[in-house]
Amino acid sequence: MLPEISLNILDISQNSIKAGAKLIEILVEIDRAKETLLFEIRDNGCGMNEEQVTNVVDPFFTSRTTRKVGLGIPFLKQAAEGTGGEFSIQSKVGVGTTVSALFHTDNIDCMPLGDITETIWSIVTMNDNLDFVYTYRCDGKEFQLDTREIRNIVGDISFSVPEVSSFIKDFLKENKQCVDKVE
Amino acid sequence: MKSLEELREIKEKMQGQIGVRADSSNDTRVVVGMATCGIASGARPVLNTLVEEVNKEKLEHVTVSQTGCIGLCQFEPIVEVFEPGKEKVTYVKMNPEKAAIVVEQHLKGGKPVAEYMLDAEYR
Repeated sequence: MLPEISLNILDISQNSIKAGAKLIEILVEIDRAKETLLFEIRDNGCGMNEEQVTNVVDPFFTSRTTRKVGLGIPFLKQAAEGTGGEFSIQSKVGVGTTVSALFHTDNIDCMPLGDITETIWSIVTMNDNLDFVYTYRCDGKEFQLDTREIRNIVGDISFSVPEVSSFIKDFLKENKQCVDKVE
Repeated sequence: MKSLEELREIKEKMQGQIGVRADSSNDTRVVVGMATCGIASGARPVLNTLVEEVNKEKLEHVTVSQTGCIGLCQFEPIVEVFEPGKEKVTYVKMNPEKAAIVVEQHLKGGKPVAEYMLDAEYR
């Protein structure tokens, strides 16, 4: 079981990348008064048919060929529901897949968000041939990182070039601090 | 809030430096397994340490990237090093400390770290 919500986001995003998505939208939404954390990952990858969507929460179903179990989604579902939250996956062949998980952060079984900045930074800089829109929202305040805007500025320079890579990390880190700040 | 304006300035400063390294065919590729198995065993901090150390040491001939499940889940986190003209080196059960040592001794110093390799695990 992945010990951080961030690592689950990393894991689900890898599924989207594998599904051939060109655009992946990641939302993290925290409500401190309600003590909830929601994340949603929406991709425009190949999608799944109804049977696959039903099977995907079954640990003994996987599309990978290296072994016979797939634990990413089943454990995530269990982790979200274990806090009194919800899990959903919607998919359509040729359209894409949306995964969302709601956690009740006051529940003792709720895992921490973990290092979301490092997570998003590694997804975005390692896959700079794909577009990402990352939205981080806390108590109604939010910031967004749209890699298409970054692409427009840097042109054909890779996101893994140190100058660009560290800008992206600082952007994620500083803006999260701004959004998290209690007024 | 930090804005993208700063990035515009960074880009302008970078202009002129770009294009120097057009040929990447002689690059060393470092690949980290980032499927559920890798992530669960700690691949994310390993990947980040590799990127940070490679940038810090200014190893411009090294590119760090990620891949899916390599099929040796019990040995994750796994880091593979592909150097042109050399046999692939597979590092297993990695952590950020070992990753920093691999950058220092192997990627910078040219000497693979035998004790972190897959073969050593089987012995």
